[in-house]
Amino acid sequence: MQSTEKQEFTTSRGTRFMGISLLIGIPTLLIFAFLLSPADDNMDDAVRLIYVHVPMAIFAYVAIITTGIGSVFFLWKKSRWWDTVAHASAEIGLILCGLVLITGSIWGRPTWNTWWEWGDVRLVTTLVLFLMILGYLALRQVPANPEMRAKRASVVGIIAAVNIPIINRSVEWWENNTLHQKSSLTDGKLENLTLFTLFLGFIVVGISYLWLMTHRFRVGWMTTEIETAGIAELIEERLNEGNSTVVNSQPQQKDGTK
Amino acid sequence: MFRDAWLVTKKDLLIEIRSRIVINQIAPYTLLILVLFGFALDADTETLRDTGPGLFWVSTLLVAILAIQRSVDIETSDSAIDRLMLSGISPTSIYIGKTIGLYIQLIILEVMLFIVMVVLFDMSVESYPLIIASAILTTLAISSSGTLYGVIASGLGVRETLLPVLFLPVLAPAIIGATRAFGDAFGRVSSDGWAWLGLLSVIAIVYTLVGMLTYGNILEDT
Repeated sequence: MQSTEKQEFTTSRGTRFMGISLLIGIPTLLIFAFLLSPADDNMDDAVRLIYVHVPMAIFAYVAIITTGIGSVFFLWKKSRWWDTVAHASAEIGLILCGLVLITGSIWGRPTWNTWWEWGDVRLVTTLVLFLMILGYLALRQVPANPEMRAKRASVVGIIAAVNIPIINRSVEWWENNTLHQKSSLTDGKLENLTLFTLFLGFIVVGISYLWLMTHRFRVGWMTTEIETAGIAELIEERLNEGNSTVVNSQPQQKDGTK
Repeated sequence: MFRDAWLVTKKDLLIEIRSRIVINQIAPYTLLILVLFGFALDADTETLRDTGPGLFWVSTLLVAILAIQRSVDIETSDSAIDRLMLSGISPTSIYIGKTIGLYIQLIILEVMLFIVMVVLFDMSVESYPLIIASAILTTLAISSSGTLYGVIASGLGVRETLLPVLFLPVLAPAIIGATRAFGDAFGRVSSDGWAWLGLLSVIAIVYTLVGMLTYGNILEDT
């Protein structure tokens, strides 16, 4: 990603490879999720949503933690590379959080008989994180000096990442229970095809995250370059205006003294 | 460092005492919010008692936004912040000083709000120590994050709209903890309110530390 400084396109051999993998991976996941894997004894067909819901939730957290790490490194190293990583990851994190909330609600309707449940720790945690990232991106969109904006956004990014365990604990203690089922993965309840489909979901969502991240990073890098070049151009224009005014005014002064 | 911080606090409080913006404008707004909640909830005293702890902290947050904006205005008007930085006081001391200043103002507003709420909602307190301990910690979380977010949102031309969007979600866990602790102190919920103080302490400490470490970076560009 570091070699994108003089690049004009966001595509590379790596992104093409990831894109082709997704073209194969997404239909394969759909076939496994809807046709080959069995329905669950308790959740029935609603279990099929888990194959995308759980991986998206995990990668939403990964994205926000990446934003936090990028923000720390930006403040420490003053590197635009890290700032662009933080920004790109936050945007993808927002999309993933949004999709987690939507798929969670759809899953909740037949399973819990409600679209939204305030007592569920993970849904409420994701909602608060979603709102935090919305604020982060709102700050990113404010027209201001790119470096100043990046510094401020970094602090917001760090606090968002630090808040993940705090929000999770607070919501868990809040209701002291959760409708969410315990992790089937760690409980060892999932077997064979169901487990394989879930892992396939992790791989597909993971590659999607990396693919989007790479493209968004490169777009972000080029946007900042254009912004910086635009500001530099304006400064030069103003300096030239100033110089020409001085040059033009010099003969008049001479004339005046004669 | 703390001596310099205290100077900044004294300066902010002195400005407030002379301008009386907090007392004349922000405090009436606080009372107005509580009265409006009464109207919105149909003046049902039992409902108001049940929701009182939550309404108290929601009102405090809304008032805190005004107090934070006021705290930032003091520094940004007439470029006072430039003179403050040229005075040789470290950004960390400025941060601590402004946080303490905001903290004292919020505590005063909360005391007023508390008295009015107890009277209007006819609430009885079961544990004053729990009320005091949770208010001390939650107000620290609000003032430490508020001081930081106030300066983050300043100088961009969109502070009034940006500050709530950034500030309110960050305090969601603190409000959950504070509401539960207050609910227990008022005898309205059956949870152990003291257990929430641990979480409130962590939130207050984390936000204060992040503020102390990052405030200087942002202040340079204000």
